[in-house]
Amino acid sequence: MTDVTNTPVPSGPEKSRGSSLYALDKRTKRRNAAEARFKAYGIAAVCVGLAFLVILLVSIVRNGIPAFTQTFVELPIYLNEEKLDPDGNRDPAAMSKVSTFGYNPLIEDALVQLMADNGIETDMDGPTLRKMLSSSVPAQVRDYTLANPDQVGETVTFRVLASSRVDGYMKGRVQREDLERDKNLDAAHLDIVDQLVDAGAVERTFNWAFITGADASESRPEQAGIGVSMIGSFFMMIVVLVLALPIGVAASIYLEEFAAKNRFTDLIEVNISNLAAVPSIVFGILGLAVFIQFGGLPQSAPLVGGLVLTLMTLPTIIISTRASLKAVPPSIRDAALGVGASKTQAVFHHVLPLAMPGILTGTIIGLAQALGETAPLLLIGMVGYIATNYPEGIVDGFLAPNSAMPAQIYEWAKRADPAYYERAWGGIIVLLLFLMTMNIIAIILRRRFERRW
Amino acid sequence: MPVLWIVAIILALAVIGYFMGRYRAIASAGGDSRKLHSLPNYYGTSVAIFTTVFSLLVLIIWLIVQPLVIENRVSGTIPAEAIPEGSTLGLVMSDVRRVANGLDIAVAGGAMTEDYASSIRTEFTDVRDRLAGVGVALGSDVGSSTLRAAQLYRTMSATGALLMAIVVLAIALGGFLFALMRTHKDFRARNVVETSIRYLLIGAASIAILTTVGIILSLIFNTIEFFYRYPAWDFFFGTTWAPSFGGGSELGIIPLLWGTLYISFIALVVAVPIGLFAAVYLSEYATPRIRAFAKPLIEVLAGIPTIVYGLFALLTVGPLLLSVFGPNSVGWMGAASSVMTAGLVMGIMLIPFVSSLSDDIINAVPQAMRDGSLGLGATHSETVKQVVLPAALPGIVGAVLLAASRAIGETMIVVMGAGAAARLSLNPFEAMTTVTAKIVSQLTGDADFSSPEALVAFALGMTLFVITLGLNILALYIVRKYREQYE
Repeated sequence: MTDVTNTPVPSGPEKSRGSSLYALDKRTKRRNAAEARFKAYGIAAVCVGLAFLVILLVSIVRNGIPAFTQTFVELPIYLNEEKLDPDGNRDPAAMSKVSTFGYNPLIEDALVQLMADNGIETDMDGPTLRKMLSSSVPAQVRDYTLANPDQVGETVTFRVLASSRVDGYMKGRVQREDLERDKNLDAAHLDIVDQLVDAGAVERTFNWAFITGADASESRPEQAGIGVSMIGSFFMMIVVLVLALPIGVAASIYLEEFAAKNRFTDLIEVNISNLAAVPSIVFGILGLAVFIQFGGLPQSAPLVGGLVLTLMTLPTIIISTRASLKAVPPSIRDAALGVGASKTQAVFHHVLPLAMPGILTGTIIGLAQALGETAPLLLIGMVGYIATNYPEGIVDGFLAPNSAMPAQIYEWAKRADPAYYERAWGGIIVLLLFLMTMNIIAIILRRRFERRW
Repeated sequence: MPVLWIVAIILALAVIGYFMGRYRAIASAGGDSRKLHSLPNYYGTSVAIFTTVFSLLVLIIWLIVQPLVIENRVSGTIPAEAIPEGSTLGLVMSDVRRVANGLDIAVAGGAMTEDYASSIRTEFTDVRDRLAGVGVALGSDVGSSTLRAAQLYRTMSATGALLMAIVVLAIALGGFLFALMRTHKDFRARNVVETSIRYLLIGAASIAILTTVGIILSLIFNTIEFFYRYPAWDFFFGTTWAPSFGGGSELGIIPLLWGTLYISFIALVVAVPIGLFAAVYLSEYATPRIRAFAKPLIEVLAGIPTIVYGLFALLTVGPLLLSVFGPNSVGWMGAASSVMTAGLVMGIMLIPFVSSLSDDIINAVPQAMRDGSLGLGATHSETVKQVVLPAALPGIVGAVLLAASRAIGETMIVVMGAGAAARLSLNPFEAMTTVTAKIVSQLTGDADFSSPEALVAFALGMTLFVITLGLNILALYIVRKYREQYE
C-alpha cells in the first residue's frame, strides 16, 4: 500500500544510520515501481487503442483492395449472321428477337476457337468452357450487337468479365481444392486459366465498374458495383444538407441569441441533448411509422432516408453551431447594437458571418456521420432492394427506390458468396475515402478560418 | 392545377410584391429614403412575407387534410356487403384509390374522355380490361361499388384541388394587397420582418420537440396496438423468443434483454479499462507531442461508421475467435457469431467514447489539487489514484453510463456479429441476439404491420428508448452535479 499520509516516512536515527539519500530504500523502490507500472499501463492502453485502429485499417485495406481489380478475358467473337440476323437486313428491331440465350452458342464457339488459337488442349465442350465467363457476357454481346448492327458477320474482340470463381482464383481467394465440391467450376478450368494468362488472353486490371456500376443479382458478384448506391447516398446527403443546415442554424440562433430563460427553452434544450443520445435505430422506427406508414412516402426512397438522417443529424449540428456562436465575443454584438443595429441585424449581419466557419465544420462532420449511418436505413427499406438502375432524373433520384452506400455494403455482407465479402470490404474503402475527405475539409476549414479572439 | 404551379405563382407574386413594396415605400417618402422608418428592403420583404407565409401554410394544411376528409366521405359510401369475405375496408379503399388513379391516367393519356371516365358502369364495360390497356394493372375485377366510389373519389379530389387553388391564391393575393396598402413611409416594416424571423427561428427550434413527440407517439400507438394482441405480462416476463408469422408466437423479451446486457457488459469490460487508462496517460503523463499525435488517432475509432465494425466482427474477429476457441481447439464456440465477437468489437468502438469523455473530466479537476498532493510527497501515480480519480469519479461514472447506453442501442455490430438465436445462456461464445437486432429482423421484409410479430418491434423499440433515455438522464444528472462543484 502506498498510503503516504498514514505511514510516516521512517526518520528514526537507528534507521537512517548507514542509509544515503543516493541509495533508495525498499519502500521508495516499491513506490517507484508502482509509479512505473502505472505509467506502463497507461502506455499499454494507448498502444492497444492504436493497435486496434491499425488492425482495423489493415484488415479493411487488405480485404478490400482486390475488389478494385477484376479479371477480364479478351475474347474474339464471330457475330454469326445466320443466327443473329437471318433476314440479312440489319434491322435492330428484327435482331432484338434473338434473346440473350441465343448468343450463348456464339460465345461457346468463340471459346473453343480461343482454345485452339492458343494451342490449349482440352476435352471440354463449349457450354462447359462458358462456365469460366460471367453470366453477364451474353447480355453484353447482345447490347453491343444491337447498337452496332453493321458489325454482324464480323469478328469483334470483346473484353468480357470472367466468372467470380476465376476472378477469385486470380486473386488467390479460390484454391483448386475448394472447387472439388463446386458445381460452377472445376479444377481443370483453372489449368486453362493459367495457360490463358500466359497467352495474355486473361488479365486482371483496374475495375472502374466497381466504382461506377450498379448492383447485380446474387449469382454474379463479378458484375456488382457501388455506383448506384453512391448516387442514392448523394441524394440523401442533399436532403440532409438542405434541411439540417438551415433548421439547425436557425434553432441555434434562437437558443443562443434570442431565447429567454424559461421553461419552453429548457424543454427544447433537454430535448436536443436527449435526441443526441437516442439510438439511431429508434430514428428508423420513427421514419417507418411517421414518413412511410402515416405520411405515405415511398419505401426505399432517398428522400425518406434523408429526412430520417436530418432528424438524426440536427442535434449534432445544433450543438456545434451553438458552440461557434458562443465563441463570437459579446463585444461584436455590443458594437453593432451601439451603432444602431437591431438585435436581428446584429446577429445576422455580424455574429453569423463570424461564426460561419465553425458552423460549416460542424455541418460537414454531421454530414459525415449521416453518410455512414446504416441502422435507420434498414427499417425504411433501403436493404433488400437491389439497386440495379440509375435514377432517371432529379425527381426520380429523390423518390425512386434506391440503396445507399452503407446499406449496399450490408446487403453484400449478407449474401452467401465470399466474392461478395470482397465487394463489401471494397465498398467500405470507398465509404471511408468519402468520410476522410469530408473530415479533412472540415479540419482545413477549421485551421484556415479559426479565429482566436 | 398542380401544386407546383400554385407554389410557383405564389413565389412569383412574392417577388413582384418585394419590388412593388420597395417602390411604393420610396415613392411615399418622395424618393428620399432617409424619411422612411425602415430600410427600403424591409418594406419589400414585408410584402413578400404577407404574400407567402399564410398562403403556403393554408396550402400545406389543405394538402394534409383533404385526403383524410375525402377518404372518410368515400369510405362512408361503400356498403358493408360490398366488402368481400376476408377483406377489410382498408383493402377496398386501396382498390378504390388504384381505380381512381387508373382512370386519371386513362384520361390524361387520351384513352377516355373526362365524361366517359365519370360515367362508365361495370355493368356495361370491363373496366379492368380498359385500364390494363392504358398500363394500370388491377389485382381483381372491379366491382360496381368500387367503381362508383372511385368516381366519387375522383370528383371530390378534383373539386378539392380546384377549391384549394382558389382559396390559396386568394389568400396570397389578399396578403399581397393588404401588405401593399399598408406600405407607407411611417409603417414599421423592420419590426414586422424581424418578428416573423423570430417566429421562424422558434419554429426551427421546436422541431427538436416535434421529433421527440414523433418518436414517442409512433412508439406508443404501435406498442398499445401490440399489447391488444399480445399480453404485456408475457412480453415482459416471457423467457422464450420464438416468433412465427403463422401465429402462435412466443414473444418474451427476457432472452433479448439478456443478450443485450451480456454483450454490453463485455463491451464495457473491454472499453472502460483501456479507455480510462488511455485517458489518464494522455492527460497526466503524455508530452504535448504524444498527446497531439495519439488523441486524434484514437478518436478516429469513433468516426468510423458502425457498418465497418459490423463487417469487421463478421469477417475478421468472428473467424479469428472461431479458430482459437472453435471445434478445432477447445470447442467452446460453434459459429463465428457470438456474444464475445460482438462484445469485443463493440468494446473497440467504445474506447474513444470513454477516453475522450474521461479526458475532459480529468482535465477539469483543478490543478491545485494535484499540486497539493505532489507537494506532500506523493508520486504521480499516487496523486492520480488518490486525488484526481476520486475527484473525477462522478464524471467518469457518467461517461461509463453514456457508453453503456451507446452499447445497448448499438445495432449494426450485433446484427452482423452476435447471431440470430435468442438464448438464455452464460457461455459468452454462444450466439445470442439483442433487442436492436430483433427490431431490425421483425421490421424488414414484407411483414404485415398489423400482426403481433411486426408490432412487437415497436414494443422492443419502446423498451430500448426508455432504457437508454433513463441511462442518459442519469448520466447527465451525475455529470452536471459534478461540474457544479468545481466551476
